[in-house]
Amino acid sequence: MTHHTTSPRFKDNTKAALVDPELQKALHFVETNFPQRRRNVADMLPEFDALRDSARDIKNHTLSFLDLYLETFEARAMARGSKVHFAVTADEANRIVTDICREHGAEVITKGKSMVGEETGLNAFLEANGFAPVETDLGEYIIQIRHELPSHIIMPAVHLRKAQIEADFRRVHKDLPKDRNLDEPAALLAEARATLRAKFLAADVGITGANFLVAETGSAVIVTNEGNGDLTATLPKVHIVLASIEKLVPTLDDMAQLMRVLARSATGQEMSVYTTVMTGPRRPDDPDGPLEHHIVIVDNGRTAMLAGKFRDMLRCIRCGACLNHCPVYHAIGGHAYGWVYPGPMGAVLTPSLIGIDKAGHLPNASSFCGRCEEVCPVRIPLPRLMRFWREREFERRLSPTVQRTGMKLWAFFAKRPRLYRLATWPAMQVLAWFGRKQGRFRSLPFATGWTKHRDLPAPQGKTFQEQWRERSRS
Amino acid sequence: MSSRDLVFASIRRALGVTGAEEPRRKAVADRLRDHPRGVIPKRGQLGAEERIALLLAKIEAVSGTTQRIASLDDLPAAVGDYLRAHNLPLALKRGADPVLAAAPWEREPALTVTIGATAGDDLVAISHADGAAAETGTLVLLSGPDNPTTLNFLPDNHIVVVAADTVQGDYESVLAALRDRFGPDGLPRAINLVTGPSRSADIEQTLILGAHGPRRLHVILVDRQASLNGV
Repeated sequence: MTHHTTSPRFKDNTKAALVDPELQKALHFVETNFPQRRRNVADMLPEFDALRDSARDIKNHTLSFLDLYLETFEARAMARGSKVHFAVTADEANRIVTDICREHGAEVITKGKSMVGEETGLNAFLEANGFAPVETDLGEYIIQIRHELPSHIIMPAVHLRKAQIEADFRRVHKDLPKDRNLDEPAALLAEARATLRAKFLAADVGITGANFLVAETGSAVIVTNEGNGDLTATLPKVHIVLASIEKLVPTLDDMAQLMRVLARSATGQEMSVYTTVMTGPRRPDDPDGPLEHHIVIVDNGRTAMLAGKFRDMLRCIRCGACLNHCPVYHAIGGHAYGWVYPGPMGAVLTPSLIGIDKAGHLPNASSFCGRCEEVCPVRIPLPRLMRFWREREFERRLSPTVQRTGMKLWAFFAKRPRLYRLATWPAMQVLAWFGRKQGRFRSLPFATGWTKHRDLPAPQGKTFQEQWRERSRS
Repeated sequence: MSSRDLVFASIRRALGVTGAEEPRRKAVADRLRDHPRGVIPKRGQLGAEERIALLLAKIEAVSGTTQRIASLDDLPAAVGDYLRAHNLPLALKRGADPVLAAAPWEREPALTVTIGATAGDDLVAISHADGAAAETGTLVLLSGPDNPTTLNFLPDNHIVVVAADTVQGDYESVLAALRDRFGPDGLPRAINLVTGPSRSADIEQTLILGAHGPRRLHVILVDRQASLNGV
């Protein structure tokens, strides 16, 4: 059971997003804050780019030996008392988690933020089976009470303004005084903290994701700023970790390399507040910690990516830097992408997971400015991977007929330079003559789709090829 | 075929391997045994005194507070002063940690110190960090009866004692110390790397301290190891 996707309606989604004034204000924060914050901490660490190379190499190495590291991880986690489960599909992952909750008669289930949990639609599945999981990351909690998908992979509620969150809190927290003051973000946080603290203390089962799985020690690692992940992992009798196969790293030293690029790329912090290496359940003399520790390892389409052109995408550590630096994301936000993963990483990952037939618009929503690749901590060539999807879409005849015919027509002329010049020269003369006063066209016949959002500059005289010939001669 | 076997079979098909290739198994075994270090920032490669200065500066930079005392003998007064300065009740929860146990708490007679994990009803907890990484002001706290994990997260105020000679320059040195002591098969249930007090910026990216964990983190660096080692 995965989330219903609106990716096929991407174009309608973007139109709505562009005229949503609250969303546009919220997105302005992302554009103005995060690139600068990342820049600041990157500049403070001279080794930052060398660390990105190191992070890339560690992930590549791990993926090349994934079967063996996974085997080692499984054996060592089990030796420390964790129960390790494997799920081929999203549905299977959901069933494994639900069965554990049922076995323990879980009345209260707390959840730390997990993107793979969003991907499998875990909350909806649990709810359909009579459970009521509570998200505990503040942003996730907000979107859960709004019944929304996250609009960003590390800041799920970044599309919202304070007043919208206040309205939601007043709607949901009915037992609190109506005249309470929620003007400040701190008051909203305090209310969420108090509400969720009760859930933490009552929880029977806690579910978190993992940022890393360490083969050397059989440990699962979570990184948070709020501390909600640790409360979710520590207080209930049962802790379930949901993690996809590409979260593996060989050793603790490899984890340290990745830690150095993760927070800097994500929030522009040098280090997130809490990084926790968790190995097995409570020990005989431990006064706290879960009595049972489960690790659910999810494939859900990743082994198919490992085989093909999209293996590079499996290096992704879900930092969100590509979203934070993307002009398309800045303009339309995360929900327009229509599924769990937005921005450039979503444009590559979503078609892999839900199909290019549903998500074909996503890899097309790029100006190929290349900022995503420039900032990626594991150097994923995101523009190139988006281009692979465009090619595949073309090969599978999924792109619109007009576009395909146009491309063919253009290719016909492009392969015949003489004919190309012959055909374009008069057209350029005509355009130049019509555009000589304004210097640009606000609209053109047969190209209104293009000129609706931008002006076409009028030709300024000689064509590029003419100028090229002239300059080569001299 | 079980799901486990299916996942392994898919991975091996994708990589074009059987899993039995000796050179591959050796490459993995070597890396796990040697755990090669990658790029280590120069910023932490300092003498002991500069390393401590860097640690304290980095903690302050992430909204923690710091204090330095000469020996464990000064700890009760430092804690008492901190609690009074923040109008907190003179009550404290700690684990069975021998270093914390060795502090002369009787010198602060008004202070009530109770021992154990917390169920969420303690305002202040004190822990003894196993070490620290100066490069980002990161404290290393280990689970167990000495320093229960719940003390790191549930109380509003967390006081952490760090011995000067356990301050390392970088994460790798911290991890190496843990590996030496526990072996790769013997890590404690939880290693908490803590960098500043809990925070959230999920509402309009306004940074607020005290999201779900402590609102305040106060680090007390203890200089003289003699009294710490004496226990």
